[in-house]
Amino acid sequence: MLEMRKVSKRYRTSTVETRALAELNLSVEEGEFVAIVGPSGSGKTTFLNVAGLLESFDGGSYELDGENVSQLNDKQRSRLRNQKIGFVFQNFNLIPDLNVFDNVDIPLRYQRLPSGKRSELVKSALDTVGLKGRMRHLPGQLSGGQQQRVAIARALVGRPRLLLADEPTGNLDSNTASGVFDLLLELHSTGSTILMVTHEESMASHATRSVQIRDGILQVDE
Amino acid sequence: MLGYDSFLATKAIRQHPILSMLMALAIALGIGTFMTIVTISYSIGKNPLPQKNDFLYRVQLDAGNPDRQSNDPRSRPDQLTYTDATALMRSTAAWRQSAMFGVQGVVRPEREALHPFEVSGRAVYSDFFEMFDAPFEYGGTWSSSSDEDNERVVVLSSSTNERLFGDQNSVGEHISLNDELFRIVGVLDEWDLVPRIYDLSFSPPEETFLPFSTAVEMEFRRVGSTNCWQPSPPGREGFLASECVWIQFWAELEDSSKRDTYLSFLDSYAMEQKQFGRFQRPLNNAIHTIDEWIAYEREDDGGLTIFAIIALLFFIVCLINTIGLLLAKFLSRTRELAIHRALGASRRALFWRFLVEAGCIGLAGGLLGLAFTWLGLLGIRVLLRGQDGALHLTQLDPLLTVATLMLGIVASVLTALYPAWRGSRDTPGVLLKGL
Repeated sequence: MLEMRKVSKRYRTSTVETRALAELNLSVEEGEFVAIVGPSGSGKTTFLNVAGLLESFDGGSYELDGENVSQLNDKQRSRLRNQKIGFVFQNFNLIPDLNVFDNVDIPLRYQRLPSGKRSELVKSALDTVGLKGRMRHLPGQLSGGQQQRVAIARALVGRPRLLLADEPTGNLDSNTASGVFDLLLELHSTGSTILMVTHEESMASHATRSVQIRDGILQVDE
Repeated sequence: MLGYDSFLATKAIRQHPILSMLMALAIALGIGTFMTIVTISYSIGKNPLPQKNDFLYRVQLDAGNPDRQSNDPRSRPDQLTYTDATALMRSTAAWRQSAMFGVQGVVRPEREALHPFEVSGRAVYSDFFEMFDAPFEYGGTWSSSSDEDNERVVVLSSSTNERLFGDQNSVGEHISLNDELFRIVGVLDEWDLVPRIYDLSFSPPEETFLPFSTAVEMEFRRVGSTNCWQPSPPGREGFLASECVWIQFWAELEDSSKRDTYLSFLDSYAMEQKQFGRFQRPLNNAIHTIDEWIAYEREDDGGLTIFAIIALLFFIVCLINTIGLLLAKFLSRTRELAIHRALGASRRALFWRFLVEAGCIGLAGGLLGLAFTWLGLLGIRVLLRGQDGALHLTQLDPLLTVATLMLGIVASVLTALYPAWRGSRDTPGVLLKGL
């Protein structure tokens, strides 16, 4: 599903060069739930951004679902991101001016699906996260937990092969976090491949395996 | 995607209504100023008879002062002497032709209720009406024999007929013009010939038209300029034989291929006249289509050009301001754009979305600019109140209305190119990380 070989990433300014990822090797099979753990600033989010094709990398190779992504141009990477990857962010990243339906609809718009089909998929995704009744609400009218559920519905709606979650419960209270995490586990149980960055040891322990990143280097692969 | 782009553009405009309004206003002010000047310039240069452009020609013969020779083709007189105008009228080189000059006369109505009144008139030949597509409501032009025999015949404008005879068909009736009875042979319909191309005036066509020879014989008061490079001999006959130019001359050719032939004819005529001691300057005769004649006459109208340049510069300043506002607007939405990028939008998709948004703002700016143009023209109409052609010069043409809207959209899209390119360049991962 995901195959990274010696992937490296550096950030440069005019005076400073920072190594974010150093020759990282990782292989993720279809249906796995992999937790990425590590201290703040260790490169977890950078790894997730590279894996999600949100950022380019400097060296190494990366194949996603059999496609070598380093060969792709922006349009091809965008298409791949749209069709094969779903994102769940720590701070939900919903667009405040769009209602729940229109937020979840975004990935489908870029797939250029017909209106009827999009409506059906959006309703189904919202049903999965238990928010079908809030379609016309704006994000600001929902609780944090509900907003993250909407974000999960948006990540799922295009039926991606890989779900990338960056601290999905980081901004939620423990009760709500538990509900959201249960939802991710439920998705995993139905066959979704999930890569999740987390600080929470308890959550990482539910994953198929944990990967630790420190100073951009993959430390442990259990 | 255009529908979705428009949907999101509308949302974005509502999200920053004041900024969006400022941009539309900046574009509108620029467009309003620029289009006001463009409209006037367009109206001045507009050919009211485009269908005649390849056939009708204004004639210039250079019988100017031999002591003031110049290589400037514009040194030739615009008008002709009586000698030359009548000589050309006797030839058959043109398909139709008419010498002409403006006159002023006094009508004494038969109805006692009406007082005598002055009328504007034009002394022309019978071909004049067909040459300039004058529409007749009743009757028609006089015969060529009326031209030769100095007959007292007249064609009235619609308004003069209305004034003298109400709505009646007055053909066959007589009117007293300069104390002589003229038989009415035709009544014109409403004739919207603005500018009046035969003398490039913005006044409406004259109230009466009478044969050239009749007007000369009766010594109607002439209206228009007279230029003499040497003193005119005394008396009417002396004036007619003088080198004074005061007659406009138009020729209609069967098609544009006859243009060179007709010009050769004019040159031959000038060469012939040289034998009599006239036309002492080098050959410098010319004929002009209507478009050429308008351009020729307006060439030294530098004031309007300066205004147009100032208006254009103001428009450019407005657009530069818009670029800054657009850049600020687009860059303030990095988070939203990063989310779209993460969910599958390519840079190109975002670039187009920005252009659609700019196009929507431009459309609003164009509509507002149309209102400003209308206000600008209204202001100029008030300033020109009472002057000939004020209404015509300040009317917004349908073509210019569409052009104004298109200008708004095109200008805003062009100004959005850099902000859109800049706004769609950011890397989504970097943006989302800090959020």
